[in-house]
Amino acid sequence: MTEVLRAENLAKSFGAVTALTDINLRLEQGEVLGLIGDNGAGKSTLIKILCGFHQPDSGRVLLNGQEVTFKSVEHARALGIDTVYQDLALINELSVYHNMFLGRERVRWPLLSNRAMRRLAKEHLDDMGVNISSVDVEVAKLSGGQRQAIAVARSVYSEAKILLLDEPLAAMGAKEGALILDLVRELKERGEVSVIIIAHNYAQVLEVCDRVNLLQHGQITFDKPAGETSLRELTDLVVAEYRAARTRGAPPAT
Amino acid sequence: MGGAVGQTEAEDTPAAPGPRPPRALGRAADAFLRRREATILVVAIALLVYFQWSRSAFLSHDNLVNISQGTAPYAIVAVGEVLLLVSGEIDLSAGMVFTLSPFLMHYFIDYYGMYPILAIVVALLAGAAIGLVNGAVTVFLRVPSFVTTLGTLFLIQGITLTTSHAYPAEIPPAAQGLASWFGHADWSELIWCLAIVAFFHIVLIRTRWGLHTVAVGGNLLGASEAGIKVARIKVGNFMVTGGLAAFAGILEAFRTSTIDPSSGGTGAMFTAVSAAVIGGTALAGGSGTVIGALFGALVLAELQNGFNLIGISANPFNIILGAAILVSMILNVHLARLRRAGRS
Repeated sequence: MTEVLRAENLAKSFGAVTALTDINLRLEQGEVLGLIGDNGAGKSTLIKILCGFHQPDSGRVLLNGQEVTFKSVEHARALGIDTVYQDLALINELSVYHNMFLGRERVRWPLLSNRAMRRLAKEHLDDMGVNISSVDVEVAKLSGGQRQAIAVARSVYSEAKILLLDEPLAAMGAKEGALILDLVRELKERGEVSVIIIAHNYAQVLEVCDRVNLLQHGQITFDKPAGETSLRELTDLVVAEYRAARTRGAPPAT
Repeated sequence: MGGAVGQTEAEDTPAAPGPRPPRALGRAADAFLRRREATILVVAIALLVYFQWSRSAFLSHDNLVNISQGTAPYAIVAVGEVLLLVSGEIDLSAGMVFTLSPFLMHYFIDYYGMYPILAIVVALLAGAAIGLVNGAVTVFLRVPSFVTTLGTLFLIQGITLTTSHAYPAEIPPAAQGLASWFGHADWSELIWCLAIVAFFHIVLIRTRWGLHTVAVGGNLLGASEAGIKVARIKVGNFMVTGGLAAFAGILEAFRTSTIDPSSGGTGAMFTAVSAAVIGGTALAGGSGTVIGALFGALVLAELQNGFNLIGISANPFNIILGAAILVSMILNVHLARLRRAGRS
């Protein structure tokens, strides 16, 4: 297996608040890595560094063994890293197909190629098994699960080599969550993309991930293949952290 | 709309299709009513019928020219305001740019000996530059645009009044040859207005710039996460608005054959914003239509003109105008909701 992404000693603060102290992380080709940790552990900050939204204060990121500095989200995306955010980054007022192509529209200058985008969006969603009545629908009219599926399908469609999923299962019913997990399995089978999933629901993470990392207080404190750990172990680790914080008298990270 | 009246919240439940009127005609009517511009066009036509019925002079050639001239400059400013409102901002200073720009043209020609056509271009660029300042202060210094442009409103007004000593100026003789092209001929303002509306309508609905404008106004964070250059879109729309306001001011100066420090101003700005909002543009950002703003400006011009013809005196005019704005906006907001409910 070849390593596609590596982060070394990443640190990031926002004013007086330290989000990440020392992050070391690696991702192999075709791998699905689960990144878990409590609220405020720094998961979202880490993702936002890896996708070019934030720049780290120190440390470095290696992509396929080459050191890179992401100047922007677009830059990271051009290098093959794409993200589905917690807040979905969908535009309610726009149609499904415009959302699918947002930021990388098909254009026959000076006009948008709406017909091409509509057709490609439909084909791709059908291919991924995402069921919506029409790609012309405004995203505001879709259910939460449908919106999430659109967001994931959008990233997959972008031909990303590395996909970052920030809480893809948050606020989702069992059925809709299963749809997303099926999407991830589909990706794993294709083997073309490597995935980092951030999640709260450890059971679901274990179900689809090859490896699990635990993030605590801005550091990765645990790294094991999913087959060698258990829901019990992961839960105990997080609870232990909570207890330790409480006995120290400090409030747990929120 | 008959079948959809009972539906208020259609967020999560797919809307049941209302009973459809018979086939082809019904479908056409349905498709028409779902367009955001439709409501306001119906209002514009209804007013036209009413005023023509009460005063046959309403549709005379001369009066149509009057109405077109009462519509065009405000519709041009409204186009800019629509782009800004859709991207989640507003420009209160546009009316003052409208006032200043013909003075700039006058200064450039009479004091700096510039070619008239060049002076017009530079005055438009100055309008765009004011937009750049509005946009930069709003986007980079994070002052809400309402406040930014409230400040520049007074600033620009002060510049106009100081440099002109609050006296009107003549159209520079050197520029007289351009007058009929830039607003003096009967339909000149209208033709410019229609060209500008058509152009920016296409920009808003069919180009990447327009799509990104909607995205920025609809979900600012999401748009930036999708890699859209949010600052560029917003600042660009401020610049377009400044340039269009400057152009409308120059057209109006040529039309009236005078450069008047009391022309334009907050009245023009509020008329333009009203036109945009009456035309179906949401103040909250994310949706709006350029053609709707044109119809909005037309409705306002019809009201003003029609009331004049009927002989309603100037004093109660604003009462009726205010009520008309409220009624058309209430209608528009609620028809928009019904429209949304009917579509799934």
